[in-house]
Amino acid sequence: MADAIPTPAVEAVSHGGPLLRIEQVVKRFGNVAAVDGLSLDIKAGEFFALLGPSGCGKTTLLRMLAGFEAPDAGRILLDGVDIAPMLPHQRPVNMMFQSYALFPHLSVAGNIAFGLKRAGMPRREIGQRVAEMVALVRLEGLETRKPDQLSGGQRQRVALARALARRPRVLLLDEPLGALDRKLRESTQRELLDLQRRLGLTFVVVTHDQDEAMTMADRIGVMNAGRLEQVATPRHLYEEPVSRWIAGFVGDVNMFDGKVARRDGGRFAVAVPGVGLLNATPPRDPAGVEAVSVAIRPEKVRLSRRPPVADVADASINRLEGVVRDIGYLGGASLYTVALDGDAATLRASVANTARLDADAFPVGQRIAAWFSADDCVVLER
Amino acid sequence: MTAAPLARVSRFNIAALALGLAFLYLPIVILVIYSFNASQLVTVWGGWSLRWYVEFFNDRAMLNATFMSLRVAAVSATLATVLGTLAAVALTRGEGFRGRTLFSGMLYAPLVMPEVITGLSLLLLFVALGAERGFWTVTVAHTTLTMCFVTVIVQSRLGALDRGLEEAAMDLGCDPLRAFLSVTLPLIAPAIAAGWMLAFTLSLDDLVIASFTTGPGATTLPIRIYSEVRLGVKPEINAICSLIVGSIAILIVAASMASKLSSGRGGNAAPM
Repeated sequence: MADAIPTPAVEAVSHGGPLLRIEQVVKRFGNVAAVDGLSLDIKAGEFFALLGPSGCGKTTLLRMLAGFEAPDAGRILLDGVDIAPMLPHQRPVNMMFQSYALFPHLSVAGNIAFGLKRAGMPRREIGQRVAEMVALVRLEGLETRKPDQLSGGQRQRVALARALARRPRVLLLDEPLGALDRKLRESTQRELLDLQRRLGLTFVVVTHDQDEAMTMADRIGVMNAGRLEQVATPRHLYEEPVSRWIAGFVGDVNMFDGKVARRDGGRFAVAVPGVGLLNATPPRDPAGVEAVSVAIRPEKVRLSRRPPVADVADASINRLEGVVRDIGYLGGASLYTVALDGDAATLRASVANTARLDADAFPVGQRIAAWFSADDCVVLER
Repeated sequence: MTAAPLARVSRFNIAALALGLAFLYLPIVILVIYSFNASQLVTVWGGWSLRWYVEFFNDRAMLNATFMSLRVAAVSATLATVLGTLAAVALTRGEGFRGRTLFSGMLYAPLVMPEVITGLSLLLLFVALGAERGFWTVTVAHTTLTMCFVTVIVQSRLGALDRGLEEAAMDLGCDPLRAFLSVTLPLIAPAIAAGWMLAFTLSLDDLVIASFTTGPGATTLPIRIYSEVRLGVKPEINAICSLIVGSIAILIVAASMASKLSSGRGGNAAPM
């Protein structure tokens, strides 16, 4: 029975392949494919976030990893062994539930010890492991409390300790911070990240909160309609989105639809109706496609009363002119909406509020020049 | 001083409460008082006496009927609790199976079915099967009657439980059966106990179905009392009823104390 307790993940990094490999997994509910032929590799020791709008299939995928749903097709390999046909209790994987699912009839210690008892661990070791877990999540002194005598944050930590107690090869977390208020969420994010690094564990987190995914994850897989749209590091995801949908879903973006007018190596000139020619040197080449969009993040757009003094023919800068229509004050930054000349489009620009009294702030109705670098533009197929 | 918090309760509330309680308990109080009546006649007060209690304990037929009723109630309540709990689990958990709504609806039918019809149909069934009527036919009939009450109680408790709890148990190494036994069962135990007690009281109380399905040698207490009353009410009946009221009260207090004790014990459970 003792072999039901998996060895710590750190020892498993030795072989080269991914720890968890998801191969062409399909899950249908009726006629709807919740997960539609999805493949993904997750490395040992990685903090992986599954991000997506509600109903994109991310929770279904997580439940298939835990064993609560069986895939209709495809394989789920953990250390090269297909775990798809295994029942939840046979998998060296544990899950932290969104509702925490703490056993209300058991104390904090009883909840943490539950999985260890089932694994047939000797009593002495259970006591030690429980004490270790309680210390890990800083719940000393609360061992005998029942879940209903704990605060939300404490309950979250019991759920985490219970899921970690069996030393799972992979820890699955379903919206782990969803039920916490904002301040607590930020500190818990750091704790969770710190814990994962220290224990060298592999985490797979499902979340709909992109800030959470960005802060914590090594890599993010963005799901839409049962498929992975992009798998990348937070920075790549934000700076080099591979599709219009990703660019719009992760963060805020200005999107100009046009046609490729000139292609010169990595340099593009895109003709946007009503706006003119936009220059772009995108990180990714939408090869062979003529109908494209130029995407630029609001914080990469600069505003000034006069256009910058530069060579008019300089192809590395895009200059647009317009009138400030609206200002959204967000504290740390202000979001300006600029109606571009010709009324064909608007442009959003985020400007950091670097001074308390900003004499240079632009009022509504101000004529303004907006400019951004061609290097900051991304060209995406429509 | 102790009246200070009470001062906040308005007079209307007190009056309403008193009236409500009186409406419920006055008949029982009168019954208990008259059970200590020394007089031969039920309606005439003749001073305090334990005479009718002594009479009851010497009344073999009445005692036999009492034991018969208790046996029927205990066995049928236990059977009904097992069957009713299983039905509740199947109906709550088996989301996949066809006709769940139909089964669920059918289960509620006996709740509103007139007892006369249930009794008659069971009688016809037993006659058709050639079953000899007696203890077991009454017990089976009472199980049929009370099972759906248990199901309703257990089902509502199961429905309020987080499905994640059983999943968490499976995630932590329980096969589905163990997950049910170690997590779900302790959590629905109060509902099961409440279901058993309700089934027990319903069975103890039943006259109609029992009189349809009983046979010679299996006279239950309500049947016995009813046949006695038809010949005129003896104060002895009051004594029996007082004993029943007393034992039920003790049972309820004991059950609530036991449940309080068990939850208190769980709270102080050792870390292991």
